[in-house]
Amino acid sequence: MTSPQTETLSGAQIVVRLLERQGVRRLAGIPGGPILPFYDALSQSTLIEHVLARHEQGAGFMAQGMARVTGEVAVCVSSSGPGATNLLTAIADAKLDSIPLVAITGQVSSALIGTDAFQEVDTYGLTIPITKHNFLVGSTVELLDVIPRAFRLAASGRPGPVVVDIPKDVLLQRIEISIWPAPGVADSAPAPDAELVATAAAMINAAERPILYLGGGVVHSGASSLAVELAEKASLPSVMTLMALGAMPVDHALSLGMLGMHGARCTNLAMDECDLLIAVGARFDDRATGKVAAFCPQAKIIHIDIDPSELDKIKTAHVGIRGDVKAVLDVLVAQVSARLRQTWLSRVAELKADHPLRMPGIEDPRSHYGLIRAVADCLDDEATIATDVGQHQMWVAQAYPLRRPRQWLTSGGLGTMGFGLPAAIGAALAEPQRTVVCFSGDGSILMNIQEFATAAEEEANVKVVLMNNYSLGLVFQQQTMFYGERIFASKFKGVPDFIKVAEGFGWQTLDLDQADDPVAALGKALASRGPMLIHASIDRREQVLPMVAPGAANKDMIGG
Amino acid sequence: MNSITRSETRALAHTVLELDVNNHAGVMAHVVGMFSRRAYNVEGILCMPVGDGATSRIWLTVNEDARLDQMVKQIEKLEDVLAVRRHGAEHEVFERLEEFFR
Repeated sequence: MTSPQTETLSGAQIVVRLLERQGVRRLAGIPGGPILPFYDALSQSTLIEHVLARHEQGAGFMAQGMARVTGEVAVCVSSSGPGATNLLTAIADAKLDSIPLVAITGQVSSALIGTDAFQEVDTYGLTIPITKHNFLVGSTVELLDVIPRAFRLAASGRPGPVVVDIPKDVLLQRIEISIWPAPGVADSAPAPDAELVATAAAMINAAERPILYLGGGVVHSGASSLAVELAEKASLPSVMTLMALGAMPVDHALSLGMLGMHGARCTNLAMDECDLLIAVGARFDDRATGKVAAFCPQAKIIHIDIDPSELDKIKTAHVGIRGDVKAVLDVLVAQVSARLRQTWLSRVAELKADHPLRMPGIEDPRSHYGLIRAVADCLDDEATIATDVGQHQMWVAQAYPLRRPRQWLTSGGLGTMGFGLPAAIGAALAEPQRTVVCFSGDGSILMNIQEFATAAEEEANVKVVLMNNYSLGLVFQQQTMFYGERIFASKFKGVPDFIKVAEGFGWQTLDLDQADDPVAALGKALASRGPMLIHASIDRREQVLPMVAPGAANKDMIGG
Repeated sequence: MNSITRSETRALAHTVLELDVNNHAGVMAHVVGMFSRRAYNVEGILCMPVGDGATSRIWLTVNEDARLDQMVKQIEKLEDVLAVRRHGAEHEVFERLEEFFR
């Protein structure tokens, strides 16, 4: 006998209902064989909107864009086999940048698993090293446990991607349901060790030349304003990793901007002199530290991170505090003394004056730095800024005045070319009130250019600023600098007419090369609604400077 | 580190790790994958279900090298790993099995 509340639902209907209950209102994906029962059920949902990507990697990065701007778990969906393998890059990217994602993949029916069935691939095995956790769902009733758990795991502690691989028969099987599980929410982090926090506060109070080193964890934990408060109270010059840009406004008096390989000389030189490094939600990535033995050689280290495996991984901390950085900073701010640190701040000011970030051509909108500055001048801090990967990414990281956490979407850890456009589309759909600018290059844009179709279909408010140097610029630069100018496989002999390509996809376009008044044209283009390609040629010989050679110490920078 | 010879491997101190894990297909792949993708050889593996079979115990013997602390932290993060205990190489679990490997 069934009670009145009991429903008989298929696994697919259960997944859709669980996603609805989870608060998911938009997901990106591509249908195909084994995931079709899910799509059939999704078609009946009045709550969830589906964004049809044109390549599964695009769907994965759209979900990332949604997750990066909202901080909420986002969902992408693919079918089995090539659908799942196409998702892998976006999942690996989410793992390295700690982005909360639930990827639902269709799988061949249970009876066919292991038979080399059509479009069968070992999604579970393939995703073990690139996820926080993964599931191969064994039965329909398991979905009631697995789906909320996937969301809980993606959001808890250090966020990350979770894969749920669901065989077709599990989606088709109908079962009776009377009680629904609670939606999965993030576990609360363990309280930080009070004694360690007190020791850290005492070390900050005693330090003469401290530096605050902010990483992506500050953004993930929503601790940006607390980090600024700490810096202001204790007069801490502050550096940011690529992932943390925007956590402190880059034009804040205490900001030294981005550290590391393409940071300003003054930033890396100040770190070379510091006697205390306070690392918050940062993981001592090799692009940030340069040669580790020469990184902040005089400094004691306080390391605060929610992931205990990050503590002592690269650098042994004098005080390592496991905890949500927001919770730790909350206590730390109260315990540090207000200090002026005039000697240290004037030394930092001296370094800034003597070794600033040099941005030649910043006044000229037809130069790379000038174009970035001109775009920024047309926008306010409400705009979201995405990038692809390459020279343009580093120039934007150096030159764009990022002032807001979650304003900045970039592929930091994996450095995935092709990230920018779909991430920007996801961001624009999640926050339609904002203008989303995606800086890209002629190498990166071609890696997911099919998503021009998705942007046009969704009328996403995305402006792609294509900095076209007719080459793989960062490769060209490295070959120039470190490979005896033997330029190979980095200059494109055939370059598409990007304006025509974009028009063919139904985009509005602006070719800045042809504009008489580029600033006015840029302003008009950025103020328009809907997808817009802004194309600008860049001199191939322009380099990202200064630069720390791979493996060298940060204080030994080239150029700039 | 990756190219140590067999005799060098024997000369290195060993550590025995005892893991309580959930018992389902894939857990072993999660655990050994953590080692293999770092080119960190696992010298010995034992695994049997415990009690009603909901959980299993995995015994590993591995070389004691500089990465071991990081390895243990990474294993502790695995969702299906419930507990990790470290023992010295003198632990008898592998010694008792030696007669099967002559």
